[in-house]
Amino acid sequence: MKLSDRLFGLIVAIGALAYAAGALEIQTSFMSDPVGSKTFPLIIAAVTLICGVVMMIKPDDDPEWPVASTFGALLICTIVLIAYAYMLKPGGFLLPTALASGILSYQISGKIKQSVITGLSLSVGLFTLFKFVLGLSLFGLPRWLMG
Amino acid sequence: MEIINNLYLGFSVALSPYTLMLAIIGCFIGTIVGALPGLGPSNGVAILIPITFTMGLDATASLVLLTAVYYGAMYGGRISSILLNIPGDEPAMMTTLDGYPMAKNGRAGDALVISGFASFVGALLATLALAIVAPSLARVAYVFGPAEYFALYLLAFCTLGGVASKNQAKAALASCVGLGIAMIGVDHTTGMTRYTGGNLHLMDGIDFLVAIVGLFAVSEVFFFIESHGKNSSLGVTLGKVTIPWSDIFHTRWTMLRSSIVGFIAGVLPGAGASLGSFLTYMMEKSIAGNREEFGTGVAKGVAAPEAGNNAAAGGALVPMLTLGVPGSGTTAVLLAVLMTLNITPGPTLFADRPDVVWGLIASLIIANFVLLFMNVPMVKVFVRILQVPPAMLLPGVTMVSFVGIYSLSGSYFDLLLMTLFGVLGYIFRKLDIPTVPVILGILLGANMENNLRRAMVLSDGDWTFLFSSGIAISLWVAAVLGFVAPFFFRRIMKKPKIAENA
Repeated sequence: MKLSDRLFGLIVAIGALAYAAGALEIQTSFMSDPVGSKTFPLIIAAVTLICGVVMMIKPDDDPEWPVASTFGALLICTIVLIAYAYMLKPGGFLLPTALASGILSYQISGKIKQSVITGLSLSVGLFTLFKFVLGLSLFGLPRWLMG
Repeated sequence: MEIINNLYLGFSVALSPYTLMLAIIGCFIGTIVGALPGLGPSNGVAILIPITFTMGLDATASLVLLTAVYYGAMYGGRISSILLNIPGDEPAMMTTLDGYPMAKNGRAGDALVISGFASFVGALLATLALAIVAPSLARVAYVFGPAEYFALYLLAFCTLGGVASKNQAKAALASCVGLGIAMIGVDHTTGMTRYTGGNLHLMDGIDFLVAIVGLFAVSEVFFFIESHGKNSSLGVTLGKVTIPWSDIFHTRWTMLRSSIVGFIAGVLPGAGASLGSFLTYMMEKSIAGNREEFGTGVAKGVAAPEAGNNAAAGGALVPMLTLGVPGSGTTAVLLAVLMTLNITPGPTLFADRPDVVWGLIASLIIANFVLLFMNVPMVKVFVRILQVPPAMLLPGVTMVSFVGIYSLSGSYFDLLLMTLFGVLGYIFRKLDIPTVPVILGILLGANMENNLRRAMVLSDGDWTFLFSSGIAISLWVAAVLGFVAPFFFRRIMKKPKIAENA
């Protein structure tokens, strides 16, 4: 089976068509040049389309995809990182960092004790490094706690 | 002698105590990053860029720091190749072939010293060659107009896709993804927005640093979760480290030859350090009389790829500094550094900012001596760092990346994008789609389009203008050849199989 490449090629081809459609929607202004702002995106879309079709016609062998439980772990990891992105500003540095790095550590090693230690020490250690050694402006705790 | 004067200027910039300290710190961090499996020069430099800027270093200081990290990572890559049989980064792959067997034979210390010395020879010769070649190439670059630049960018994408990957369609796709992303934001010729979907965060386009850190560093975390951090325990013990003088003397011609070949491989756009180490290893193997012994732990098999890849690292700086076209993934990251510092690489850089260019070259020479010292007598320190479990290390790397990017813009949106690029990087690498062309596309996309449009303005829309000069035509021919030739050479130049999780 060479499904991965065929499927991805299809996605790429559809993406390329969408990109081309997007290029045609670009608004032009009175200031323009012979090439205009649509041509280059259209060239990119055309080349991408060819690549997608080639991937469908001549796929490589499937890679070794991880098992379902690993996919779960990867999904959790992604969600944690997204949550971390949203939390970093309102939540201060220390708490979200300890949580996020602890969970990531647990996903890699599966050892609870080690993960807790990792989370706590990374959170405090990195905060010290960034705030006091490198002088970045970070807030350790949520601002509503600091008053 | 012009070059002596220039180097004098460079050393007067680089030898201030502060810059010297930065070079030492950079070498130290770089060697650690290079030694850690999975983290190579691109990741190391990428993670440190945002932090360097928020520290408020000036252009020369940040360049010195980051190039020291770059060279350090090139040196450090061999440590995990030799001790773990896992290349610390892609160019160090060939070092595993003889380095690990040598370590298993109880000569781990010797392998580290020989390869460290070979790295020093390769990197030093390449830096000197850079000082000689770059200014003359910069003079040639003055005659480049928009048509030539457009062809040159095309050449970079074609050779990167042709030589450096296994599947042309996938490499071309990666370039297109990068170029497509570069189109997002305000079109500076017309002032209209493209592909922003009305999202204000996208008006300025996607910052290439976000993409680089996401693709290189965050995606690494996903790989470690998949493997559960296995395969990273020390397989061999390191005894007392002594200097095997006879081996070093024995491999002197190997180091010299490999440095020259490596440098040339580095200068070619798109080829870079991986090709350098591959070519030099193959060359030494075919020259040597005792061909079967390669792969069982011979000194030449360790010295050749290390001299080769470090020389290539120096060589790759030539097209990056003179033309603004990076020759490898890491120089693409260094180009990102320059662009963020508002320094435009190219021929004018040599005329306008000699302090930057020559300060950089001088600090590279200094970095080499620092690195020789760190990598031979102090190598045990770095071996100890390898014993940090990945379950502590990788979350740390991720958090540093997040804070770095956050400190650049202070916006959660960039962090979201970075996570997205991490997922994309994981999928791409799973499907064997190279990620370096994506970066190159994002970096060069706007320039490539601008040069095309400028060329068409000059010629009033006549497409044949793109092929109107000798330089442009030869670049086009080279681009087509670079993309097509690997179809025929692939069978001959089969890469040898390396251990899993490479």
